[in-house]
Amino acid sequence: MFALQDTKGEALVTQATQTEETTIIQGGKEAPVNNKVVAKDVAVHYSGAQALFDIDLDIPERRVTALIGPSGCGKSTFLRCINRMNDTIEGCAVSGSLMMDGVDINSSDIDVVELRARVGMVFQKPNPFPKSIYDNVAYGPRIHGLASDSTELDEIVHRSLEKAGLWNEVKDRLLEPGTGLSGGQQQRLCIARAIAVSPEVILMDEPCSALDPIATAKIEELIDEIRENFTIVIVTHSMQQAARVSQHTAFFHLGKLVEKGTTEKIFTEPEDQRTQDYITGRFG
Amino acid sequence: MASEHIVKSFDDELSQLDNLVATMGGLAESQLHAALDALISRDVVTAEKIVADDKQIDGLEEEINIQAQNLLALRHPVADDLRLVIAGLKVSSDLERIGDYSKNIAKRTQILTGAPRLGTSNSIKRMGGIVETMICDVLDAYLARDMDKADDVRNRDEEVDALHSSLFRELLTYMMEDPRNISYCTHLLFVAKNIERMGDHVTNIAENVIFMVSGHRPSEARPKDDETPFTLVDSE
Amino acid sequence: MSSSNEMMVNSTTQKIRAGLKKRYAAERRFQFYGIAGISIAIAALVILFVSIGSKGYTAFVQTHIKLEVFFDPSKVDPTGERKTDVLSRADYAGVVKASLRARFPEVKSRKDKRRLYGLISSGAGFDLRDMVIEDPSIIGTKQALWLVASDDVDMLLKGHISRDTEEDARPIKNNQIAWTDQLIADGAVETPFNKRLFTAGDSREPELAGIWGAIVGSFYTMLVTLTLSFPLGVAAAIYLEEFAHKSKLATLIEVNINNLAAVPSIVFGLLGLAVFLNFFHMPRSAPIVGGVVLALMTFPTIIIAGRAAMKSVPPSIREAAAGLGASRTQVVFHHVLPLAMPGILTGTIIGMARALGETAPLLMIGMVAFIVDVPDGVTDPASVLPVQVYLWADAPERAFVERTSATTMVLLGFLVTMNAVAVMLRKKFERRW
Repeated sequence: MFALQDTKGEALVTQATQTEETTIIQGGKEAPVNNKVVAKDVAVHYSGAQALFDIDLDIPERRVTALIGPSGCGKSTFLRCINRMNDTIEGCAVSGSLMMDGVDINSSDIDVVELRARVGMVFQKPNPFPKSIYDNVAYGPRIHGLASDSTELDEIVHRSLEKAGLWNEVKDRLLEPGTGLSGGQQQRLCIARAIAVSPEVILMDEPCSALDPIATAKIEELIDEIRENFTIVIVTHSMQQAARVSQHTAFFHLGKLVEKGTTEKIFTEPEDQRTQDYITGRFG
Repeated sequence: MASEHIVKSFDDELSQLDNLVATMGGLAESQLHAALDALISRDVVTAEKIVADDKQIDGLEEEINIQAQNLLALRHPVADDLRLVIAGLKVSSDLERIGDYSKNIAKRTQILTGAPRLGTSNSIKRMGGIVETMICDVLDAYLARDMDKADDVRNRDEEVDALHSSLFRELLTYMMEDPRNISYCTHLLFVAKNIERMGDHVTNIAENVIFMVSGHRPSEARPKDDETPFTLVDSE
Repeated sequence: MSSSNEMMVNSTTQKIRAGLKKRYAAERRFQFYGIAGISIAIAALVILFVSIGSKGYTAFVQTHIKLEVFFDPSKVDPTGERKTDVLSRADYAGVVKASLRARFPEVKSRKDKRRLYGLISSGAGFDLRDMVIEDPSIIGTKQALWLVASDDVDMLLKGHISRDTEEDARPIKNNQIAWTDQLIADGAVETPFNKRLFTAGDSREPELAGIWGAIVGSFYTMLVTLTLSFPLGVAAAIYLEEFAHKSKLATLIEVNINNLAAVPSIVFGLLGLAVFLNFFHMPRSAPIVGGVVLALMTFPTIIIAGRAAMKSVPPSIREAAAGLGASRTQVVFHHVLPLAMPGILTGTIIGMARALGETAPLLMIGMVAFIVDVPDGVTDPASVLPVQVYLWADAPERAFVERTSATTMVLLGFLVTMNAVAVMLRKKFERRW
């Protein structure tokens, strides 16, 4: 039933049971994946002042990519390009090519409303709507017409809250206001709300910076669980969090992308001296 | 070398680790030197002292373990800092083994006081001398984070191995010539083996220095010239 | 080293201590000023309310005189056919006079009789008429009825006319006083609650005058004002706050709206006169014109309040909605507007309260006319409460003095209630996120 095969001395195929998937591990790296979002020469100007310079970055599908860097380095700006939230800022101009599944996000043909249904966002400070918990999660599906009747909508809400790890805590009080929950619960509610429209990408802008360590750990566990189904890009100030949660990391500094790579590599032997100085705390 | 950490106490703690390794290495070196001298000059008193002093080396290994553990738990080192801590742990383990070998040699000195003077003393002295220099150089390389020096040390083990092979053959010959030599020569065999193993441990340390600085282990295998596993001396 | 630290702490503490006295003294002074200011304001308010109240409270009761009234068929229904038009044109005043003569048979001379008739209000006859038309079976019967006394008797009983003044100097004469005293002694004089004040329209006779017409007129005017200014004001506020791009034009509009809020109200009245009455020929004195003019006045208040309320909705809510894929309109109508509504309502109520109390622009569009009938709709001529106050304040009869104050009290009551509701709304919805 169990067979450990050693082929070529390097590749090891582990087969636990016949029903589970096989994982191919080659030299510590996982098999190559598609890139969900590809950025080339992306630059952002705020009323003339340039905030991002020539960013080339690939965001692999169904993985967690962390964007790290000191304050004001442009990581949040880049994050907000992916769902075009920078459009809401007056005087902001985005240039370069930003492709998702081969389609340029920045082109004027793209419907921003549709884009934001495919690319969800979770913000730094939990911001549930001042409505009931049910209505918070149901809002997205409602406006996009994702449920044909109320039973379907109930199901979507149930599933989203479950995926967000919040169902057991709130199933008896769905009609209570979302703002009555604790900080960690509110953030999980925001994640459930984002998940409810079945996005392909979820952007997280420092989602745990307002939370205590236990709530943070719950959110990190949640990210681990949901990354099977979603591509996640997370901006974080905590390098430990980036190290714990992500498979790929990109280091930004003064609006430029200094280094990108697998998280293991960045945190054990980074190539650029600036990266090493930042992550070891020699400057920040 | 990289600049200082913003939090100065982190730098202080890393320096402490370095100091402990340096102290431990210095002790190991002097223990080896003293053990060899005691062996050649049949000095039992010094030999007993060497055996007792080994506790200091063990104590330092424990201190290094504690220091490294605290650094990992409290400072969350990454990249070069992490490699430094890992290297420190591994190097202390190698140095402790080197110390143990010196203690072993010193123990056998007490037995070998009644042995006839065989021609092997010079070879042993020479072999031990090389290893002593290797220890000194590899510690310099460690503290200076000098990859090239470490690589150089690594290569010198070949000579140690060669000397060990010839000593092995010589001692076998002596044992075959005169069965009364067997006990003494066996002990001398062990002494030679200890010194050869010390060389291997110094090579380990050198490889850890290379890892600490570059993040990689050296790609080519270390040069080996130990023929003893294949040596058979026939009696004519 | 530690002892020098100790010394440093002490000298710092000393410096702080030295300044503490002055600081506390300054605080106590400030508290005193604050309390003094509030006390003066409260005192002024109390004086205002007391002076109005003391003048007006008597208007809430009205003197009635009990008389035996004989519904003489020969006067009331000469044909005997009980025809309504005949009944309504009968000489009820004569019936009243006959009753008075029956009560005081000793009064003989014409002058005295005229004085006697002056005890009962001229409007009592209309009450009798209404009774007969409703129930013709009372014709031919004698009924003991409470009739409205004349304003002179009313004023005497309320103490507004003093018995000590010279007879020539007062409207009520000595024999009238004597008859009144007789009636009082017989228990035929009462001062029950003045329902008529709240059910009748305006009248030349103070004892018959009521503010119901003005209340209905105010109501219709406010209705027009609200219907026009609220939707337009909210829509304009939404457009300016959420959709307009920041440009010179937008700034210009904002400045002009703020200025509009400061324009004197009489200017709006002139506008109403010139444009609505003279150009569009809308009905003069009607609530619709008054409402439109007041709507123009309230419009900027609602816009300013609306914009402030919408600005206070935190951007995090907007971002969350936009991040989920809500369009701009959806963000506004699903999230911003519901959260801003309490603020908008507060601003609207305050604007409406101001409009309720406005007199000058309405005078310009003709609502100063003497309107007796209670208006039926927004196009009927009407008056409003503050204008009613203005008219009655000018009237010569002494009884109108108390009625003016009473109307002021009613108007103030409405205004205070509206403002209280606004404050309550604001408090209740203050932090919902």
